[in-house]
Amino acid sequence: MNQRMNQLKEKNDGLFIPFITAGDPTPEATIDIALMLEEAGADLLELGIPYSDPLADGPTIQEASKRALAGGMTLEGAMKLVPLMRERGLTIPVVVFTYFNPLLQFGEKRFTELAGDMGIDGILVPDLPYEESDDLNTLCNKQGLSMISLVAPTSNARIKKIASRAEGFLYCVSSLGVTGERKKIDDRVYDFLETVKQASPVPVAVGFGISSNEQVKEMQQHADGVIVGSALVREIAKHEDLLKDEENRKDGLFQLKTFVTSLISS
Amino acid sequence: MQTTTSVYPDKRGRFGEFGGKYVPETLMSAIEELEQALDEAMASDEFEKEYVEHLREFAGRPTALTYAKNISEKLGGAKIYLKREDLVHTGAHKLNNAIGQALLAKRMGKTKIVAETGAGQHGVATATIAARFGLSCKVFMGAEDMERQALNVFRMELLGAEVIPATSGSQTLKDATNEAIRYWVTHAEDTFYLIGSVVGPHPYPKMVRDFQRIIGDEAKEQFTARESRLPDEIIACVGGGSNAIGTFYPFIEDDVRLIGVEAAGKGVDTDQHAATITHGKKGVIHGSLTYLLQDEAGQITEPYSISAGLDYPGVGPEHAHLASTGRVQYEAVTDQQALDALKLLSVEEGIIPAVESAHALAKAFERAGKLTPNDTILVCLSGRGDKDVHTLMKHFKGGDES
Repeated sequence: MNQRMNQLKEKNDGLFIPFITAGDPTPEATIDIALMLEEAGADLLELGIPYSDPLADGPTIQEASKRALAGGMTLEGAMKLVPLMRERGLTIPVVVFTYFNPLLQFGEKRFTELAGDMGIDGILVPDLPYEESDDLNTLCNKQGLSMISLVAPTSNARIKKIASRAEGFLYCVSSLGVTGERKKIDDRVYDFLETVKQASPVPVAVGFGISSNEQVKEMQQHADGVIVGSALVREIAKHEDLLKDEENRKDGLFQLKTFVTSLISS
Repeated sequence: MQTTTSVYPDKRGRFGEFGGKYVPETLMSAIEELEQALDEAMASDEFEKEYVEHLREFAGRPTALTYAKNISEKLGGAKIYLKREDLVHTGAHKLNNAIGQALLAKRMGKTKIVAETGAGQHGVATATIAARFGLSCKVFMGAEDMERQALNVFRMELLGAEVIPATSGSQTLKDATNEAIRYWVTHAEDTFYLIGSVVGPHPYPKMVRDFQRIIGDEAKEQFTARESRLPDEIIACVGGGSNAIGTFYPFIEDDVRLIGVEAAGKGVDTDQHAATITHGKKGVIHGSLTYLLQDEAGQITEPYSISAGLDYPGVGPEHAHLASTGRVQYEAVTDQQALDALKLLSVEEGIIPAVESAHALAKAFERAGKLTPNDTILVCLSGRGDKDVHTLMKHFKGGDES
């Protein structure tokens, strides 16, 4: 684990982890959005690499992927945005979210080396469960990258095993299904979060479906942090025209920041 | 069940380097539960008895082995035999697997079934067995395939299943599979995902193979009784590859040439084909590592075939393994070659095959001419052509291939 990830562990409470898709709506807008998010209080940025067949994602993020791919975004292009964010002053850790196939085609070793070079702090591969992740995990360790693990409400006996190798933060899936906003999150999540917290050596963040200030507050009481993806991506889509246009991007970013602030204000 | 013929998959669900379980964590417990239930069922005499009984009383097994006398004599080469999976209830080999998995679902206490379908044959088989076993059934089907195969959509609905259009991506089998997996992620607690081919995360490729090996087991017995020896060559079409692996598997350790036939669509030199093994690269799709049609960046590309059943960018991981070891030879046949073979079988033998099966036939007819009347070829006729008449009418009468 590297320096920036360690800061996360030190803060260890009320963490806010936003997810955005790289290249949605444009690479330049992605950089500006990242900086806005840090300013608004993000503790870590999850940067999604667009993929044609995102099995773990719902329609909102799927559409964002489609837009980003249509704009020519690639795995390498997404990773190269990170140093540009750093140049502009981004200090929070960045975790790259990618499905396994694009990573495999790029080459696991080449991928982790580039991630290291680009100042990326961790990777999250939603379709690479514990049992399949040994090789990538070893490569990540060599580069000081944290491999972010996920646990689901159905993980049961698997929680201990997965938590024992957790780095950076442990991603708790709030409920079954794919990513996307949910009106209500099942109350059973609280017991689940409690179990995970006891097993986890790193902060526990909960994601999937969190889209309102009320839900953020509720989940912050039971976990060390929240992850917000679809709700933010939907908001980005809503202001797509402003964000795409260099002249008007500021207005779009302002709207986005207002949304983020209202989402996480206590 | 029958004694295993090969050591694959290993404990991690791998066929050599292929296979595995590349799925979101949310599904891992459901997959582990399935693995355990499958092992117990396969070790149970009672389960085997039930499976065999449904195959006999409901599916109509054993299916016939038919000597294609007219064509064999016309081509003047090897004797061609057909294993008649087109005679299975609902018209294709798909029901063998649907029966096995539905029995397992019942044994696991699941009351709901979700499935994906391309051409609709697997959807119809699943809807059929769900009706017979009193299980509720949802079938995801690409919106475009629903249009191409309207008759099968109606059939599924008539059987009481709900057909849900998959509207993402190319709106074909790949996308229907994505949607079915997404649905399963949400409902794994009471829902059994009944996969239609030897694809998906472990233990699916192994499970589907073991429910389809009945084709090869019967064929071996029937062929030996008829010719007092094994066939020289066995040929089957490969989309996901379930009829092919079912036919090949009992012969893997025998001295028989095995040939899998993929869809070359409009030609493998165009970008409109579904020849995954011949032209794909290693990649991960729908939970397993296999050969895959994709671009340089690892984005999955759209396959094409006149046959909706072969129109899939991946292939079963065991086929990927058999290709990499060279045990099975994989070749590709174009839409046109398949259609020519389909016409020939119809006219000469009085059997209208599925367009999928016609790919295997085209290769068999080509091979037969190169062999002698002392040689024999066994072809898996995986399904009947009724579902394709609309496509065929367009092609033969209107010249429109789409």
